[in-house]
Amino acid sequence: MIHIKRLQEDGADIIALIGEIDASSSIELDLAIAKSVGEGFIKILVDCSALEYISSAGLGVFMSYIEEFKDRNIKMVLFGMSDKVANTFSILGLNELLQIGKDKVQAKKIVNEL
Amino acid sequence: MVFFGLNRHFVRTKAITRLLFTVGVITWLALVFTDLSILFSSVNSIKPDVPIWLPGVILNLFILSLFYYYKLKIEMDEVLNFVDLLWRVFATGLIATVTSLALRLVEFLLNDTKLTTHIVFKDLIYLINLGLMLGFLMMAFSAWKRLILYQKSKWLLRLWAFFEFGLLVTLIYNSFKFPLVEWLYGTLLGIFVVVGLVLSGNMKWVAFLNFRQKWTSLLLLLLTVFYLLYIFYTNSASMESIGNDSPYLTDYRHHIFILSLIIFVTVYSIFSFLVILFNLPTTSVFEQKLEEVVNFQRISQSIQTEQSEESVYNILLETSVSSVFADAAWLEINSNAHEQKLFTYKITDKESHDIINHLNTHHIKGVFDQGSEKTKNLSKHLATLKGSRFRSILAFPIYVKGGNIGTLALLKELPEGFNKEMTKIVSTFSNQAGISIENFRLMEEALQNERYKEELKIAKMVQKSLLPTLLEQDKDFEIAAFSESADEVGGDYYDTLRINDNLVSIIVADVSGKGTTAAFHMSQMKGIFHSLGQRDIEPDNFMIQANQALVYCLERGSFISATYFIINTQLKKIRYARAGHCPVLYYTAEKQNLEYFKDKGVALGMVRNRSYSNFIQAYEFEYKPGDLMVLYTDGITEAKDNKGEEFGYDRLLSTVKEVRSLPAKQVQDHLISKLYEFSGTDIIDDDYTTMIVKFN
Repeated sequence: MIHIKRLQEDGADIIALIGEIDASSSIELDLAIAKSVGEGFIKILVDCSALEYISSAGLGVFMSYIEEFKDRNIKMVLFGMSDKVANTFSILGLNELLQIGKDKVQAKKIVNEL
Repeated sequence: MVFFGLNRHFVRTKAITRLLFTVGVITWLALVFTDLSILFSSVNSIKPDVPIWLPGVILNLFILSLFYYYKLKIEMDEVLNFVDLLWRVFATGLIATVTSLALRLVEFLLNDTKLTTHIVFKDLIYLINLGLMLGFLMMAFSAWKRLILYQKSKWLLRLWAFFEFGLLVTLIYNSFKFPLVEWLYGTLLGIFVVVGLVLSGNMKWVAFLNFRQKWTSLLLLLLTVFYLLYIFYTNSASMESIGNDSPYLTDYRHHIFILSLIIFVTVYSIFSFLVILFNLPTTSVFEQKLEEVVNFQRISQSIQTEQSEESVYNILLETSVSSVFADAAWLEINSNAHEQKLFTYKITDKESHDIINHLNTHHIKGVFDQGSEKTKNLSKHLATLKGSRFRSILAFPIYVKGGNIGTLALLKELPEGFNKEMTKIVSTFSNQAGISIENFRLMEEALQNERYKEELKIAKMVQKSLLPTLLEQDKDFEIAAFSESADEVGGDYYDTLRINDNLVSIIVADVSGKGTTAAFHMSQMKGIFHSLGQRDIEPDNFMIQANQALVYCLERGSFISATYFIINTQLKKIRYARAGHCPVLYYTAEKQNLEYFKDKGVALGMVRNRSYSNFIQAYEFEYKPGDLMVLYTDGITEAKDNKGEEFGYDRLLSTVKEVRSLPAKQVQDHLISKLYEFSGTDIIDDDYTTMIVKFN
């Protein structure tokens, strides 16, 4: 089960993921990101500090936006991952394709530099 | 057995009715004989041979036999409907009247002869008429009983039992010429007349006649009443003419049973006639109600019989239109957020769209307002729409699981054509339709589920068949592999291929997602491996080409993680590339060191352009005898125990460590048994796949 919260800070949309993302809840993640894009945000921060687990379907959601974001010049930075979740990202090599910051401050810095 | 029992019962009843009929005929003949002989004696002033009370007793026996004859005859016939009953009474009356008229004709033809004026002849005629009248009365009595008791209550049954039993008791009273006590006689008669009147108030059967039946019944009842009056008149007239001459005559005029019966039968006939007459104008309402019930049933049943939601919609349209006499109707169903489907009945799509647009452009709230729970009568708004034949509209929302799925609109050409009652009926209909549609959807879902399960079964079979049954072996190494898939099929894949005498390629891969698509992608991966893996190609090159091939068939969000190895037994070297797959766990026997390889590589399908080559690279290492390579998929590391804790990389490492020096098969068995032990259940929620390579 996943609970998704959204709030806006300094012109960036912060999507906070609370709980676990599996095959079924990955749809909610997809919807949340699509909504943020739809609302015209070009800076999207994903708060993973309360994310306990992410399945390959959830990773697939992030992956599916990579190219679209590149084309539309939308910046997405993930931050606050636990070691376990970070490991899941790095095994798949997603850490090389996605911007991942340590915390919110660093994430904001990255998003503004890009 | 029951059937025979019933049959026997039927035969017995039939025999009894025949017997009763015979008894009736005999008693009547006896009555004629005794009565005439008494009369004859009295006329000739001789003492009669038979006691003068005998004809009275015989008359009562005659009545009794008639009573039971008709009782059995009417009760036996269970299929009789109301009109049939009335018809029987009418027919009996007709026979009685025609016979009586024929007697009159005989009398007329023999006019003024000595015979016709003779009192004995007159008495004979009278007795025949009396018999006919009693037959007619008893028939009517039995028939009316059935009508009155059509919808019975305890109270009604008791009252009837009292009436019937009381009447029979009076037969005894009348049998013996007790000294006529005026007050007792009056009271008894009074009681029976009153009870008869009270019973005559039971006319519920009238409501169940349809319009046509009511007309038939009116005619039959009218004629029945005429017959009754005629027969009463005939009997009382002949009584008048004979009564004065003979004091011993069997006179029905003081017979409580017969009098009560005459009054009751006549009153009930007249009552029925009047009630039917006054009910005629409201018949259509009752018929309407009946039709509503039938329609309602149709809607409820449509779910079991109909093939599609469309049929449910059409039945809803048809029934609601016929229930409220609407001229047309449409049903707008929201198939999704932006699209509406229109089902129409006796109205064209264009006409309905015109009305919808008209109401929308005039911002008339409530008609098609999906949020509105109330049904609305919006007749006045249609008055402003030119060129439409409709002047009244009634709209209802249809709810399924609390969500509005559409609107039912009913139209009439009359202004203000819908009343409150109709609103209620159709709102009930639309509620029922909502339930029907919901049930229908649930059933569809269940079917879909069933189909999905079937599909999964196939997917599982496909997946199993894609895995190799035999793995490459070599004097340098031995391979053991294990794969167990969860109920929801995943896409774990492993395989081996010999390139030449010194080269063997190995792959282990995991397709993201589950079910048929996963099995499908797995077969693509197998195809890629079997074509690219045939040649001696650099592992990173293998991945780049595989990625390029997969880009066109993997849908958005899907990817495949894989590790590809080429073992060179001549150089004792292994070259490999890891594309996002779980890191290799490797045991170096020489250093007694067990660790995960630290390397880089992005999964296949994640980068969908040529730049993928930047994200993958090949690694190389040497193997020595005693070394152990453990390949696996994330189903192993992510296996959970009952507390939700994962098996994890550390536990995998320590488990392998326990058996690091054993042969491949034993390492595998140990690992799998530890895994099941950990998860505490045989039901796994992801695929377990391992491949163990032991070097010699």
